[in-house]
Amino acid sequence: MLTLTCPYCGTHADETELAPGGEAHLKRFGPGSSDEDFEDYLFRRANPKGVHFERWRHAYGCGKWFLAARCTTTLEVYGTYPAQTTEPPEHILETIAAKRPGWSWEADT
Amino acid sequence: MAEAMQKTSPMAVVTALGPRGMITLRGDLAASKLKAVCKALTGADIPAAGHATVVKETGLAWMSPDELLIMLPHAEVPAAIAKIDAALKGSHYLAVDVSDARAVFRVCGSGAREVMGKLCPVDLHPDQFAPGQFRRTRMGQIAAAFWMRDAATFEVVCFRSVADYAFDLLTVSAKAGPVGYY
Ligand SMILES: [Zn+2]
Repeated sequence: MLTLTCPYCGTHADETELAPGGEAHLKRFGPGSSDEDFEDYLFRRANPKGVHFERWRHAYGCGKWFLAARCTTTLEVYGTYPAQTTEPPEHILETIAAKRPGWSWEADT
Repeated sequence: MAEAMQKTSPMAVVTALGPRGMITLRGDLAASKLKAVCKALTGADIPAAGHATVVKETGLAWMSPDELLIMLPHAEVPAAIAKIDAALKGSHYLAVDVSDARAVFRVCGSGAREVMGKLCPVDLHPDQFAPGQFRRTRMGQIAAAFWMRDAATFEVVCFRSVADYAFDLLTVSAKAGPVGYY
């Protein structure tokens, strides 16, 4: 069972209290972008074996969207943080780096 | 659900309560005007995250970083909304009467924690959840929120459209007997 701490209300929310929102930190390509960029934005998603960044909504709780960093193989959660950011905050990256030597945010995107 | 419904088991008494006045208030919870009007209406200060200040039928519950649930006697709602509108005029806020959208239940008895604990993914050990705290969560298959009126009494709110399900769910949980977990 996955338990994520909602950064808005502090609740240790069980997976059944949350709604998944897919990959986090996508860059939007809208009107005026190339067909290739628009297609990638709509359909192409990272599917890493390891560190992954995701959007979640505390659907049965405070209702807010937040972001989470976790490992897709061990389900270890590195941390959760508010959604108002375009890249993972420093303390999350430091936590991951300490647990996953050699991993880096740039290399995975 | 017109007449008062109540089911008694050795674990707890489950009661469907009558209508309660409820106002959803969204806005800047740190704003002094908002704090003042909430205090004037309920006598309560803005609760911290995950908390509620409810005495009998009146009080405030923390719903999210920008949302409060104001509870008060049903008949006082229109006047209360008028007061909020007057106090917050010109600021970014929203105040809506949601009384008729909600159903309220009471679960009272020595087994009340277990009745709730079996239905919600929440740690209800006395060290983790006590009177004063407030939790929005999933109860069976529906959204619900609850707080403790006292050490043996929970009050639960959910959408009125699923009130029958909620009452049956609480009743079955109480009837099924204790687990002895807490
Ligand atoms: Zn939350």
